[in-house]
Amino acid sequence: MVFRMLRLLGLRKSFGTMEAVKGADLEIQEGEFFSILGPSGCGKTTLLRLLGGFEKPSSGQILLDGRRIDQLPPHQRQCNTVFQRYALFPHLNVWKNVAFGLQMKAIKGQALKTRVDEALDLVQMQSFADRNITTLSGGQQQRVALARALINRPKVLLLDEPLSALDLKLRQQMKIELLNLQRKLKQTFIFVTHDQEEALTVSDRIAVMNEGVVEQVGTAQEIYEYPRTNFVSQFIGSINCLEARVNTFTNDSIAISSDFKRNFSVRAPRDGLRPLPQVQEGMKVRLMIRPEKFKILKSAPTLDQNHIEASIKEVMYKGPSTQFLLQAKESPETSFSVSQSNSALTAKKTFGIGDRVFIAWAPEDCILMGSENALPVHESSPALELQVG
Amino acid sequence: MAKQRSFPPPAAWPGISWAGLFLLAPMIIVFIYSLLVKGVYGGIIFEWTIKNYERAFDWLYLQIFYESLKLAALTTLSCLLIGYPVAYVLATATAGTRNTLLVLLIIPFWTNFVVRTYALKLLFSEQGPISQMGISLGLWSEPIMWSNSSGMVWFGMLTNYLPYMVLPLYVSLEKFDFALLEAGRDLGASAWNNFWRVLIPLTKHGIITGSILVFTPALGEFLIPDMLGGAKVMLMGNLITEQFLKMRDWPFGSALSIILMSVVVFGLVTILRIWMKEDGKLKPEKA
Repeated sequence: MVFRMLRLLGLRKSFGTMEAVKGADLEIQEGEFFSILGPSGCGKTTLLRLLGGFEKPSSGQILLDGRRIDQLPPHQRQCNTVFQRYALFPHLNVWKNVAFGLQMKAIKGQALKTRVDEALDLVQMQSFADRNITTLSGGQQQRVALARALINRPKVLLLDEPLSALDLKLRQQMKIELLNLQRKLKQTFIFVTHDQEEALTVSDRIAVMNEGVVEQVGTAQEIYEYPRTNFVSQFIGSINCLEARVNTFTNDSIAISSDFKRNFSVRAPRDGLRPLPQVQEGMKVRLMIRPEKFKILKSAPTLDQNHIEASIKEVMYKGPSTQFLLQAKESPETSFSVSQSNSALTAKKTFGIGDRVFIAWAPEDCILMGSENALPVHESSPALELQVG
Repeated sequence: MAKQRSFPPPAAWPGISWAGLFLLAPMIIVFIYSLLVKGVYGGIIFEWTIKNYERAFDWLYLQIFYESLKLAALTTLSCLLIGYPVAYVLATATAGTRNTLLVLLIIPFWTNFVVRTYALKLLFSEQGPISQMGISLGLWSEPIMWSNSSGMVWFGMLTNYLPYMVLPLYVSLEKFDFALLEAGRDLGASAWNNFWRVLIPLTKHGIITGSILVFTPALGEFLIPDMLGGAKVMLMGNLITEQFLKMRDWPFGSALSIILMSVVVFGLVTILRIWMKEDGKLKPEKA
């Protein structure tokens, strides 16, 4: 059993009649890089501010190492925050910014100097100690903000969209730096972001939030491959959706019918991440397939694969991959988005607009959902461990 | 390096000629007058002397100068103490409330200054509404005369100059990033530390600008002491006015003006030097 360091129990926060956080239950482990991901206005920043102590919850509790901290002022929580635009003190130089937290604890002299220099060393900013904040680049400011927050040796470091102020190239670089720093310090990071790609690459686990509700908690892979709600499936990456009905089912496969002549078969992938859901004959379901799971073929596949005849409507070259928009032959109002990676092998059989092709996908790559949320799964399945938060 | 401009750009000419014609030239005239001798019937005699300056250092005039400095300093300090919370409320209010409050702050400017000051005199006079209301409420039994005292002069200056303090402070506070106070709290700063070590240093340009805007005219003020102080309060401004209008001693009045101006300019330059030096390479905040 892993040690659950930080626990949020039924945490709620309303501003007037607007409920920003509608009951969040989360458990965060020590040393975990935990992301809170969601669109703007989903309550993720409010959740972080509740953790940081800048807002008091309307109800619910926050426990750090078993101690209730939700009513404590920010500095008594052993949580420090890296603010969205860093909030560095512009009237102090780099060294004094980093020293601020220790000076507030009345740490002076050699002890102060040693620890500030250590912190600056950690973020490789020692040569900038005398510089003014206003003369620093965005990346350098972020490093100072990290050093300033880490100098108080918090148990949890809260990061409020720390990369959003940087341009793309720098964002990629600082993301790696952040990850390295977290691994080196084995420090618990709680990272708020609206950028799904950012969250997927750095996090040990991700909580996806929407309209004040934590919709799903899991690893990047779990969230991408096994979305539990419609919102999660569409917010993380893109996905093709097909309304369908259960035809027949056995223990290890489900046959579903839709607007197409052929039945599609659905099977659980071998990694056990996505077990087959419990279904009944005639039940309405939603078939979901990620764009990169499709293969575009010139002729119908001979293998036991689901396939559809379609024509190419649009081709978008995106560098590492090409995105195709296809219209199904049997059901012209249904279009599919398909992404194929561009390799030397596939380069020769590039398809153009108007081409008649077949799109095929494996039964293991199907996600079946109810009209809103994931269908319940069989009790014995391992996926029960990944409960919704 | 950029080319050094030896000549002011054409766009600056109107401003420069305006300042030269209406600021610099009169000042030179005043300075020349201060070195001349007073004529018997009020005119001037072209005879060079520094007697006017010697006379200014008479104990009587030094006392008046000290009283003026004290009152101007007191006015500035009280404007700052009252104005800072007001500006803070303005800067942190929602847009709607803020506009209403700003209008309320500016409304007094729509009334003529003399009328406003006279209204204040009536309001606090023996037969005035406040004195009478106190009697009917049983707070005091006899009419009270607040006017014609140095306290009333201070109060008049305070009400008149408060907006000049609030507006620059508001500009500073409005630009202040309040996330910095959260950062301070996060790092363990008490409310007091946050105020002194974060808020005050970052709004000091507003404090300096507001103080200059209040202190400078307050030091030369003559109408408020005249109207609200009765004959009891004599300040530098009154003294100078009197030399020109009643005593017809223009050279002595000019000398007093030059001394007052030198003190103000010297004080300003010193304060600005000290405060701006702390900024180092920081970009000066426009207030």
